[in-house]
Amino acid sequence: MSLKQCEGSRAVAEAVALCRPEVICAYPISPQTHIVEALGEMVKSGELQPCEFINVESEFAAMSVAIGASAAGARAYTATASQGLLFMVEAVYNAAGLGLPIVMTVANRAIGAPINIWNDHSDSMSQRDCGWIQLFAETNQEALDLHIQAFRLGEELSLPVMVCMDGFILTHAYERVDMPTQEQVDAFLPPFVPRQVLDPDEPVSIGAMVGPEAFTEVRYLAHAKQMQALELIPQQAAEFRKIFARDSGGLVRPYRCEDAETIVVALGSVLGTIKDVVDEMRAEGHRIGVLGVVSFRPFPLAAVRDALQAARRVVVLEKSLAVGIGGIVSTDVRMALSGLPLPTRTVIAGLGGRAITKASLHKLLRQAQQDELEQLTFLDLDGKLIERHLLREKQMRRSGPLAENILRDVGVVAARIA
Amino acid sequence: MFQVRIHGRGGQGVVSGAEMLSIAAFLQGNYAQAFPSFGSERTGAPVVAFCRIADREIRLREPVMQPDALIIQDPTLLHQVDVFGGLQQDGYVLINTSRSFEALGIGEIATGRRAERLCTVPASELALQHVGRPLPNAALLGGFAALSGMIDLASVAAAVREKFSGKVADGNIAAATAAYDFVQRKMQEAAHVAQAM
Amino acid sequence: MPFQPVKFYQTGTFTVGNRLLEPEVRSVQANMQRTNSLNSGHRACQGCGEALGARYAIDAAMNASNRQLIAANATGCLEVFSTPYPETSWQIPWLHSLFGNTAAVATGIAAAMRAKGRRDVRVIAQGGDGGTTDIGFGCLSGMFERNDDVLYICYDNEAYMNTGVQRSSATPPAARTATTMPVGPEPGNVFGQGKNLPQIAMAHNIPYVATATVADLHDLEYKVKKAIGIRGAKYIHIYVPCPLGWGAASHDTIKLARLVKESGLFPVYEAEHGVVTSVSRIRKRVPVEDYLRLQRRFAHLFGKVPAVATIARIQAMADQNIRKFGLLEEGTHS
Repeated sequence: MSLKQCEGSRAVAEAVALCRPEVICAYPISPQTHIVEALGEMVKSGELQPCEFINVESEFAAMSVAIGASAAGARAYTATASQGLLFMVEAVYNAAGLGLPIVMTVANRAIGAPINIWNDHSDSMSQRDCGWIQLFAETNQEALDLHIQAFRLGEELSLPVMVCMDGFILTHAYERVDMPTQEQVDAFLPPFVPRQVLDPDEPVSIGAMVGPEAFTEVRYLAHAKQMQALELIPQQAAEFRKIFARDSGGLVRPYRCEDAETIVVALGSVLGTIKDVVDEMRAEGHRIGVLGVVSFRPFPLAAVRDALQAARRVVVLEKSLAVGIGGIVSTDVRMALSGLPLPTRTVIAGLGGRAITKASLHKLLRQAQQDELEQLTFLDLDGKLIERHLLREKQMRRSGPLAENILRDVGVVAARIA
Repeated sequence: MFQVRIHGRGGQGVVSGAEMLSIAAFLQGNYAQAFPSFGSERTGAPVVAFCRIADREIRLREPVMQPDALIIQDPTLLHQVDVFGGLQQDGYVLINTSRSFEALGIGEIATGRRAERLCTVPASELALQHVGRPLPNAALLGGFAALSGMIDLASVAAAVREKFSGKVADGNIAAATAAYDFVQRKMQEAAHVAQAM
Repeated sequence: MPFQPVKFYQTGTFTVGNRLLEPEVRSVQANMQRTNSLNSGHRACQGCGEALGARYAIDAAMNASNRQLIAANATGCLEVFSTPYPETSWQIPWLHSLFGNTAAVATGIAAAMRAKGRRDVRVIAQGGDGGTTDIGFGCLSGMFERNDDVLYICYDNEAYMNTGVQRSSATPPAARTATTMPVGPEPGNVFGQGKNLPQIAMAHNIPYVATATVADLHDLEYKVKKAIGIRGAKYIHIYVPCPLGWGAASHDTIKLARLVKESGLFPVYEAEHGVVTSVSRIRKRVPVEDYLRLQRRFAHLFGKVPAVATIARIQAMADQNIRKFGLLEEGTHS
């Protein structure tokens, strides 16, 4: 292993290269581009071979090329974000349905309109039911580790795996990572032996139509495989620890949850900021902890229930919004807690790159400790802007484009730091 | 934890500056985290990048709002952007200019601050001289090493070599060294003046 | 001993015509070793031109690739009639992913083969006109532009037949479909610029583009074999009549395919790197009316008051093809 200070995208690219992918499909979309660019350089230089690097014409094609490559027995990888993930959705579902263990990085970014290049989890969350395994990284170290685990997990189950890492916040952050050696990765990740493969010597038909007589069974098996993943993910994390001597992956990660009255549930890089806040509040005597969910699909109902059931209240802080109801993660957390008298609050935070600051979290969690949080809270919501816009809509029919109006009300943003 | 905020314009290497700073800190055994403000990356647009340095893992992901140090790559931003926002009272300020704080019209910033932590250095000129292009980021890191002592010049040079190679790296290291010397000389002069007073 | 009548099919299993030829110039279909890649028992309609075209093309490709062939298939009739779970008519490794991504899937297969050093394996992508000229067009153009080592075969029956005969961008003017009724003053598809995919393929300067019909087995097989031997992107556009969608008699499939070529409406040619290199001449020119009259989709042109002007416009299209490709000239037959 070697310690290095590098960009998250670079770290992920090097980890992916250590997994010996045979086909990589690339289509540019921020904030994922640095990953495939770095992989492209490695293919060009011969550092990564044999590997085919395909520049495709769309994300839909990227996933489709990965589907063809994986069905032909090649280890296939691609990366995307935001609109790119949405553009490939039909193929995303198809890859899962066909049982092809493609690994894809999603550099989490908001979905427009209004167009927004910054981080939140709306993109991955939109695909929570597509049949892929979804793992969320807290740090760049974990992002690179999860990719190594993703290939093994996916190939063992014949399921595709999405490694979700916060766009910009992780992908563009320089931080310390411990880069494994090729020997370590080879010891952890065996060569890809597909369950089904397009082989002229043993022809099979893949992707046949299935009618009502068996479709339920096929879908059930997809679910059953994800349930198997619930068993496999902790096992693989333990094996990973043996070879790489660090904890990465797993289903959930509790932090200072023992004796905690309030437990915050969150995914991804915001866990770091929350941990800092938890430490500070603990120092003041607050009994508070945080539970990181690494595996969002499959959702570890039992592990989440175990980690939370002794608490007095749960705050789910999520970077996505199910418009019309509220939280997405919190719905799943509530299901994990069903039957327990444990109030669960939803906090929508960090949408479209809105910084989640320690100051805001302190205020929020103190309110939570006092049981003053509403069922659904939008962190740092600017109520005045909203009132002004609603008034505008009330006053005139042709009130104009929403985004432009709001921005005009906000004023100059270039002069702001955060 | 020591937090640095770098202000500049797109195309001036603001983000690479923060990244090199983090590499230099890492090479000295620290934990470091560098990240851009993820705004528009258009040439000429105001850009902010951040760097945190600590002796333990850095988990915090919020932007740097109370910096311990400011590096300002483009003095034309001084009256456009709230560059001094949140600056710690005893914070460091390094501005890329050949003019003084007073001449820049920001003399009041020095009020109540530690004079030996405020400095200007003509980094673009030094870069032009040594690299052939007015890209001030490496030179400013050399100056920042002299001003703050948070990193040493050798680490800055090593960080430059991770980002650039060959002549470009040599030129940037020469510019950083020149800026380091410049800032050191200026600080010694200032110390003299302070002693004489 | 009972009398055994001998039928003289132009194409078919072991035709008399083939037996009279030298072994090396006989069709693949006439070969005892033909692979039956799309095997009997599938569920295509009687007289399906696409089933016929696919069998000819894939058997020829198997022959040319020494049976080292993988195919990706777009959603559509061909996919549905060949693989209703748990049955499959395919005797080759075959993958159906989606409607609009077949070219990209084939690119992925080809990339995998290259990564694995399997230069002997040839890759085919196939789909109908909807999957090719409409929804799959982006991926196809990408495959052309990158010059991926894939042979794309479009089986063109000029509409979305699988979903119930809706128009595609390959539907000819005046042809009646389920979705052309509400558009324009006339019942059929409107006259437009058309979307001529062989010409668009040529504009990508790919190594090989060809058109063919199911009426000329030898020509079709020759083109598939030739394409399989070329590295890079290849495109073959095969004209395949659809008795159901066109309102034609099942036994007229070959006849319609012959008439479309002999009228000049569908030029049969080859092009390499964007330049036409050979043209199949019209042997016995026929007016477009002979072709149109056999199909109910054009029946509105031949009512009590024939749509003379419309028929003339269609004839003009054929005449333009004849001029453009020199379909009547001597010495241009491949």
